[in-house]
Amino acid sequence: MSKAKVGIVVFPGSNCDHDAYCVFKDIIGADTKFIWHKEGAVGDRNVIILPGGFSYGDYLRCGAISRFSGIMKDVVRFADKGGIVIGICNGFQILCESGLLPGALLKNENLKFVCKTVSLKVENNKSIFSYKYGIKESINLPVAHGEGNYFCNEDTLTELIGNNQILFTYNENPNGSLNNIAGIQNVKRNVMGMMPHPERASDERLGNIDGLRLLQGIAESVI
Amino acid sequence: MYIAKILTTLRKTILDPQGKAVENSLKSLGYDKITDTRIGKFIELKINAGSKAEAEKIAEEACKKLLANPVMEDYTFEITEGES
Repeated sequence: MSKAKVGIVVFPGSNCDHDAYCVFKDIIGADTKFIWHKEGAVGDRNVIILPGGFSYGDYLRCGAISRFSGIMKDVVRFADKGGIVIGICNGFQILCESGLLPGALLKNENLKFVCKTVSLKVENNKSIFSYKYGIKESINLPVAHGEGNYFCNEDTLTELIGNNQILFTYNENPNGSLNNIAGIQNVKRNVMGMMPHPERASDERLGNIDGLRLLQGIAESVI
Repeated sequence: MYIAKILTTLRKTILDPQGKAVENSLKSLGYDKITDTRIGKFIELKINAGSKAEAEKIAEEACKKLLANPVMEDYTFEITEGES
């Protein structure tokens, strides 16, 4: 039995919160709860998920308003002391806005919302988020975003590469992201953000379980 | 009462595909003297400050903390006195 106590933050406009809940609770069997964004603390949770969706209607910039939501102060505190935080899609945007991850997510280069399954390459499998994959393994995960074009300045990119922070890249870039970046972790290796949706590819009934090893790996790494 | 008119645009070094698409459209209308088009956001704030300097300070802080993301955006603003 996993010792993970998963907390899935629900913002107004989150829409992948139930997908993540279903995978952690029903498929992985972890203790899983929703955390409403107005709550002030993550409580006894030891894994925090910022789910996909369109929090606050993507007003101003994706993730810009959620970042100042009641719960986020405590999520930042939790992450600063080493707690595991995963941001998927809109969650990745929120992590970048809040400064927990470097860079920003721009509008897709072709200005189109992209919704399809993409092929990813595992660039680093020595992280709690990717250790169940082979190095350079190709996996397929769905993406669904209009602002997934990862951008950072040159110095930051050099650091990302030097610190092995890039976890997943696109085999065929769907959004124009810098160096084909699809997912990164922070320097301390406890915060991860990615545009593709592992939680939408973790149930055999949906025909693809390439995302399950990622989420299962996280749950099992809590000891 | 002061009014802050704030403009945010993508940083110069970042490709603005929306601006490029609009620029191509302008070109197709025959505006060949337009050489660059960038699209940004306009934000207007009413600020109940005691002085222009204070209003500037508040607008600057608001831009830095929330209204613009320095990783990808530049911002400018001007403050005028308005009717309360």
